Formats: sequence, structure tokens, C-alpha cells
Amino acid sequence: MTIFNMILLGFLVVCAISVSFSKNLLNSILIYMSYSLVMAIIWILLESPDLAITEAAVGAGVTSVLFFVTLKKIRAMQEDAEEERDHEQDKKPEGV
Amino acid sequence: MSRTRNQKEYERTFAFHFFRWLGGEKDMFVGNMEMKPQKEPTETAESLEERMRDRQQIFAEVYDETGNKELRLFEKAYKILSIVFCFILVVLLIVTVSHLPAVGNAANPDNNTVSETYITDGLKDTGAVNIVTGMILSYRAFDTFGETNVLFIATCCVMIMLMVDEEKIKFDADSNDREYEPKNDVILQKAASILVPVVFLFGIYVILNGHLSPGGGFSGGAMIGAGMILYVAAFGFEKTERFFNEKVYTVVKVTALICYGCIVTYYFLTGANGLECLIPLGTPGKILSGGITLPINIFVGSEVACTMYAFYALFRRGGL
Repeated sequence: MTIFNMILLGFLVVCAISVSFSKNLLNSILIYMSYSLVMAIIWILLESPDLAITEAAVGAGVTSVLFFVTLKKIRAMQEDAEEERDHEQDKKPEGV
Repeated sequence: MSRTRNQKEYERTFAFHFFRWLGGEKDMFVGNMEMKPQKEPTETAESLEERMRDRQQIFAEVYDETGNKELRLFEKAYKILSIVFCFILVVLLIVTVSHLPAVGNAANPDNNTVSETYITDGLKDTGAVNIVTGMILSYRAFDTFGETNVLFIATCCVMIMLMVDEEKIKFDADSNDREYEPKNDVILQKAASILVPVVFLFGIYVILNGHLSPGGGFSGGAMIGAGMILYVAAFGFEKTERFFNEKVYTVVKVTALICYGCIVTYYFLTGANGLECLIPLGTPGKILSGGITLPINIFVGSEVACTMYAFYALFRRGGL
């Protein structure tokens, strides 16, 4: 159990560092979401299922959804999509 | 309006003016204050040229890194100060931690009588099998009341900042932010129609069993809110407006808060004065037990569910 705990805690540290170093906002939200999920598992291992339920519902669910909606409102997600489209258009002539 | 006084006399009273202002029948600034519609600034070729020249001058002189000494100084000071600030923060936190009592010390606050009392007397005092919920909602019900108020105020602030008019919502409901995603996505709708009832049921179960099993008002309410968000994401706002609109939201939220306040006030008044509380504790382990824990769980749950859904709806389209 301690090894499993160690792995989870290490994952938490890696997540927390990579959230702040990720350039893409969408990626950092996804990493934050996985952080919350792992945190929920750790709460269960620490024998507090109350907190685990709340963490899974609020941290991984509602907060991330609110972040997504905000990104969409400030048009941060659409720019990425447009960039990808541009890349695809750039690539197509080479492929053909 | 008034039955005891005639209309002319009533119009002179303070109550008439107040209710006229409250109902929005008369805007008190109209007629008393000078109001002019703002003109759009006209732009000629000359003014445009001047504006561009100013802008270029600003960029050339202010943001010039080689010529502007102040900018260089600022950037250096910014870097140094940020490093110093981080260092001070780290030192402060480390010093604070080093002053905390050692783990396992017998005199630590976590080893004193409070937690023991909660564990030994919790079931007898609150009637809740789940000690955590019993503690949060009975011994520290006043704290939780403050938290519920925080949720209420938070939604009010989001409403003040993001709410837009009803007509504008209807005008660009579809065109606005569903433009870049497929409408009526079949996979999402199928998954939602299977998942949403389960999520709702589990949320209601967690709320109603808050005093028996892990969970309680906050977790269950968050679950129901998440289920509603999933439903909206799959089926759109027209479907949810049928059972959850602004009116329902206001009624549910205000009623939950007022009932919670009344129950807690009654519980504390009777407890503080040594009177007998009329809310029965019941037999531990049954659904209808736990004294004030069960009703408060329900009120907190509905409050949290409303808050979650309201946040999503306000962020998404600026209205409920």
C-alpha cells in the first residue's frame, strides 16, 4: 500500500509542476483534472470517503467544466483549432 | 392601492414613493438629471493619422529597451524583487512549520478532548451515525451556515458580473458558442440519457443518507449539479428551461437558505437555554433520524446544486 501511495503522491507532484509549465491552457486544465482524480483516490486511501466524493465531483468535474467554458468564452480554444487547421493546410501540399 | 386613504393622500406618503421606486415604474433620474445620448466618435483621415503617429511614438520611446533607462531599471528590479519575494515567502513558511509541535506529541491540539468528545458523544447528541456530518451540521452548524451564505453571495456576484438581458440571450442563444461544435451530438445524447438519471439518483441517495453513510449535502449537491451540467451540455438550454428557470432557481435557493437559518436558530436557541428540542433524534441507523441533520442536508444539497448549475449557465450564456 505504501508503494501505491508513493506512486500516487509522485504523480501529484509531477502534475502540479507540469500544470504551471504547460504552455497550452487546455493541456493544463486536463492535467489539473487528472490531479483532482488522483487526489480523490488518495482521499479514499486516507479513509475519508466524504472528501473523495466531493473532490471527484467538484475538483475533477465542475471546476474543469467551468474552466473549459471560460476558455471558450475568451476564445483560447478556437485559436488552437484554427492553428491546427492552418498546419493541416500547410501540410497538405507536401503530402500530395 | 390604499384602502384607508384616498389616492391623493396616499401619493404623498413615503410608502408610495418607495414602492414606485421598487417596482421600477418611475426612474428617478428621468426628468431630474441631464441625459444626453453619447455620440459615436467620428474619425477623419487626419485624426487617424495623428493617432497612429502617437501610437508609434509611444512604442518607439517607451518600450525601447536600449534607450529607455527606466524600462531597463524596472525589468531588472522586477526580476530581483520577484526572487527576493519568493525567497522571503519560502523562509516564512519554513520558519512557521519549524515552530509547529512535533508529530505524536501528547500535548498537541489533535490529542485533546474535543475529538474524543465528538467520537464518544456524537451519536448520542446528534443522532447521526456518520460522525463527520453530525459534527459539521450540529456542533458546527453555524460555520456551515456561513459557508452556505458564501455560496449564495458568490452566485450573486457572478450574476451581477455576467448576467445579460433576456432578449439578448434569446437572440444569440444558438449562434453564440455552439457554433464550433456539432449540435445534437448523438453519442453525447445517448450517453447523457443513460448517465444523468444514475447521477441524479446517486446524488439524492448521498444527500438523504448523509447522516448514515459518507457524504452529505455538499457532495450530493455537487453531484446533482454536475448531472444537470451534463444534461445541459447534451440537450441544450431549451430542455432545462422547462423544469429549471430563473424563477425556480430563486425560490429554491432563497427557501433553502431561510429554512436552514430558521432550523439552526431554533436548534441553538433551545440548546443554549436548556430547553427541549422538538425535533426528534430518532433511532440511529434509520433514514428518518439524526435530528436536524437530515433537513439541513437537504437544504444544503439543493443550495449547492443550484449554485453549480447557475455558475455553468451564467458562464455559458449569461443567464439561467
